[in-house]
Amino acid sequence: MKAPFNEVISGFVSLLTGMGITLGQLFRPIVTVQYPHQTLTMPKRFRGHILLKKEPTTGKSTCVACDLCVKACPSDCILVEGEKKPGEKRKSVTLFELDYTKCSLCGACVEVCPVDALEYSRAYNLASTSKQEYKVMDLVKRLEDSKHP
Amino acid sequence: MIIPEPFRLLTSLLAVAGFIGANAAYLVWVERKAAAWFQRRAGPTEVGWGGLLQPLADAIKLMSKQIIVPPGTDRLLFCLAPVLIMVPAAMCFAVLPFSAALVPRDINVSLLMVFAFGSLNVIAVMLAGWSSRNKYAIISAARVVSQNVAYEIPMLLVVITVLMVSRTMNLTEIVAKQAGGFWHWNVFNLAANPLMPVTFVIFFICMLAETNRAPFDMAEAESELVAGVFTEYAGMGFGVFFMAEYANIVAGCAMATILFLGGWHSPIGLWPGVWWFLLKMYFLIFTVIWVRWTFPRTQFYGLLNLSWKILIPLSLFTLVLTSGLLKIFGR
Ligand code: SF4
Ligand code: SF4
Repeated sequence: MKAPFNEVISGFVSLLTGMGITLGQLFRPIVTVQYPHQTLTMPKRFRGHILLKKEPTTGKSTCVACDLCVKACPSDCILVEGEKKPGEKRKSVTLFELDYTKCSLCGACVEVCPVDALEYSRAYNLASTSKQEYKVMDLVKRLEDSKHP
Repeated sequence: MIIPEPFRLLTSLLAVAGFIGANAAYLVWVERKAAAWFQRRAGPTEVGWGGLLQPLADAIKLMSKQIIVPPGTDRLLFCLAPVLIMVPAAMCFAVLPFSAALVPRDINVSLLMVFAFGSLNVIAVMLAGWSSRNKYAIISAARVVSQNVAYEIPMLLVVITVLMVSRTMNLTEIVAKQAGGFWHWNVFNLAANPLMPVTFVIFFICMLAETNRAPFDMAEAESELVAGVFTEYAGMGFGVFFMAEYANIVAGCAMATILFLGGWHSPIGLWPGVWWFLLKMYFLIFTVIWVRWTFPRTQFYGLLNLSWKILIPLSLFTLVLTSGLLKIFGR
């Protein structure tokens, strides 16, 4: 006979406890990031699309156009061309195109590169009105345009 | 101040329409802000300072949308349902006493009238579901009907208890009898019935269920039934349902304030006036929002069990207890 009453009372108390907990949350600071006004800085190991690294001394890429990354890429989205310039021992890259619409961000290209010429970018605010912008990303041009080392 | 007749009607009409409109618009803002703060988000911030113009933007958005009546619906009933839900909600405000002098129409069966119009709500929701020709809408409509029938009973039993204690159907007089400090309020009227606070809680729970608010929002049930009875409504058709929900909440909380919390009377006997009424009413409305963002939606069986197994027996018991005490101590 007593059990149903106890159930009702303990149930009601648990409802009040729940409301107490939510009321506590009401007065605590906001934890979300107001996205377009505030952005998070991505952690060091964030994997964005790949970029050619800039060699600090020369300001150029160290890529030797060996095509290893092209072969390693499972999604077949890299195109590299290079030439041997007069007076240089190795080939240097003249064209490095990434098809970011197919890239799976697996990182195989970064791992395989013998001269460590690739890195991940930290960009995540990527949007465009045309697919072409990400279909052909000219990484050599980006390297030349980029200011910081 | 006495306003002569046709002007009194007109001012009351404008005041009620303005009150409902302003409340429906800004309670949406309050609800969204409160929901955000309960979940430690920021809520609307973009339109106006602190998102204060958000209701305006919402209204413009809803009004600029096309109202679509899907083929195969019962066109007349489909268009009538939003009207049928809004009109009774607004009608209740015609007799609600905001303070001793501030009541649009002081009639002596106002209590009866509020509950008579309040119960029309369920018919409108049912018509909306029925005429939509949509299986989600009709499942939701069937649920709402059984829910509202189940919760109407304990609510009215509780109201009868209050009625017996105050011995009048005039809302102004019911409030007048609770004058002089919070211990005279019906909710603390332990001499008439030691279970008065329990009846208040029953009334509040039934009010949540009657206005289809979470955790009893079977009418919408967006995670199971798309948007319940509102699935087929677009633009302002949906907007009217939304406004009516808030109008019903305001009316329900106003009734709880009048019946249990002493209406416009001050708890400590100082500065009686309409502000006390508004303060109590908005506190109850905040509690409604607070409940919504605390509890998940109940299962349908749990909802009916709560009513038939707990609320109805309890309210019947308080009814019998009150009548017995009134008979013995005969006041
Ligand atoms: S990250 Fe993977 S998929 Fe993307 S370009 Fe490199 S190898 Fe290809
Ligand atoms: S990026 Fe590295 S792996 Fe790819 S072609 Fe250049 S040197 Fe070779």
